[in-house]
Amino acid sequence: MYIAQQKKIGRLSSLPIVTDKRKNMNRHKNLESIVQLIFLILGLVTIASVLLITIYLIIAGIPAIREIGLVDFLFGDEWASTAAEPKYGILPFILTSIYGTAGAMVIGVPVGFMTAVFTAKVAPPRVRMVIEESVSLLAGIPSVVYGLVGMLILVPGIRKMFDIPDGASLLAAIIVLAIMTLPSIINVSITALEAVPKEYEEASLALGATETETFFRVSVPAAKSGIAAAVVLGVGRAIGEAMAVMMVSGNAPNMPDSLFQSVRFLTTAVASEMSYSSGLQRQALFSIALVLFLFIMLINALLNFLMKHDKE
Amino acid sequence: MDASTNTNQIKKPLSFKRKAYIGTMSFLMWLCALITCGLVVFILAYVLFRGLPNLSWGFVSTAPSYLSGNIGILPDILNTVYIVLASLIIVLPLGVGAAVYLTEYATNKKLAGIIEYAAETLSGIPSIIYGLVGMLFFCQFCGLQTSLLAGALTLVIMNLPTIMRTAQESLKTVPQSYREGAFGLGAGKWRVIRTVVLPNCIDGIITGCILSTGRILGESAALLFTAGFAHAVNGLWKGLHSAGATLTVALYVYAKEQGEFEVAFGIAAILVILALILNLAARMVGAYFKKKRG
Repeated sequence: MYIAQQKKIGRLSSLPIVTDKRKNMNRHKNLESIVQLIFLILGLVTIASVLLITIYLIIAGIPAIREIGLVDFLFGDEWASTAAEPKYGILPFILTSIYGTAGAMVIGVPVGFMTAVFTAKVAPPRVRMVIEESVSLLAGIPSVVYGLVGMLILVPGIRKMFDIPDGASLLAAIIVLAIMTLPSIINVSITALEAVPKEYEEASLALGATETETFFRVSVPAAKSGIAAAVVLGVGRAIGEAMAVMMVSGNAPNMPDSLFQSVRFLTTAVASEMSYSSGLQRQALFSIALVLFLFIMLINALLNFLMKHDKE
Repeated sequence: MDASTNTNQIKKPLSFKRKAYIGTMSFLMWLCALITCGLVVFILAYVLFRGLPNLSWGFVSTAPSYLSGNIGILPDILNTVYIVLASLIIVLPLGVGAAVYLTEYATNKKLAGIIEYAAETLSGIPSIIYGLVGMLFFCQFCGLQTSLLAGALTLVIMNLPTIMRTAQESLKTVPQSYREGAFGLGAGKWRVIRTVVLPNCIDGIITGCILSTGRILGESAALLFTAGFAHAVNGLWKGLHSAGATLTVALYVYAKEQGEFEVAFGIAAILVILALILNLAARMVGAYFKKKRG
């Protein structure tokens, strides 16, 4: 409607009402089209950035995969990049990332979900404000601070509690990731729960269900794709987190056989060797980043699908 | 609340199964909300408790020196300020411009959709990948070497979606009648945007700046390979062209590689306080503009 109006004004202003001003108008029109072009270019910067990232990762990531062989690279179970006969198998990293993320979700989703239902539906306004403030603070704390606190509380705690030589382990990483993904899970779930039409809840209450029953048996199912989106967003955050995990996971390229093993994630594999790597080792790190990127793209696509589904 | 009175009027008491269900669920909800808030309070208290005693004037106003064994974080503070300034100055026109294009100009729905999808994709990409691509593109391809400028440019791409989204949201709240009024008076499109639309979405731009500042302050993985970890005190221009650690990167290096936990907690306390201030600022800006709008 607004654009149509724009066109109308454009037509009106181009009428030769005052002939002297025609030249002026033309210059004016030129200016307008230049400005429009500038804004278009600014808009395209986003697309250009995505393309830049994708293309660079593919160019940098492919050579090592070709040299090592796709199957050996993805499913090789040993990573020994600095050995005399280097081995570049990233299965340990992939599995660690998957297990770590899954573990973080097992802890983070129930806590985040319950907190979200409480905040969106049950909490009195004051309590709600406190929770929302806490969650936004939780999101605002830098990841290295989580890493630091994890290093000094979680790691020694796990060492003492389970009586193992070093507490820097998959379990520590899982706990840190669970805490770090809470804000995304809670915020997106709250938005989804708030969007549930009031009539659904009123109908359920009128039929004799109590408030709590209504929230869990009516509101939550109605908001399920939004809540699923929240979980997927949390998965994306967890799989992409590098620094905090690097500080608590021990960083040895082991297979994640137990919760108490020192492990390396996809992200930390890239970060930990980048500063001193060269040659094929460096290229292999780019390939790891490419694998990570593909994971993220899959998650993004899923997220986008769920968000759209939610809107409909 | 009226719902509970409704249910109370029903004579038949709830069955044990339902009562148990309701009780368990309520308990779990309270418990989880408490866990969430408790975690925040615990982390803040722990960091401040361990970090604040290490903060002193000497700590924040000197540079580290191997000769005297002094550890100071002045260079890291300066680097952080430089990188925040440089990133914001570059990302603001880009992000706001993209938002203006999407809300005011875009007639092609498909292109607008692609731009929005690109922005969503950008906000999902992990920072370590930004770091890698920033290193390949800005440091190596563009020849910037490992420098604060390269780091700032990497953060520009990272924060583009944030600025774009907040600007877009507040552009949408500018009443259509303002634009119509300006057009009716004979103003051209650019003039309307410049004099009517942009001044009215200043709150979104400020909120975006605050959010981005928070993200930049907390970022470390993207800066490790683009901005490096030197600790030299430089002026703005020279600083931007040389490598330097921001506060978060310095924290990481001190904690993980040098085992200087007291220093790390000092920095962590500063970061946490900054996060608190930014949170408060975002809230106050929101409240101020809401009041102004009436």
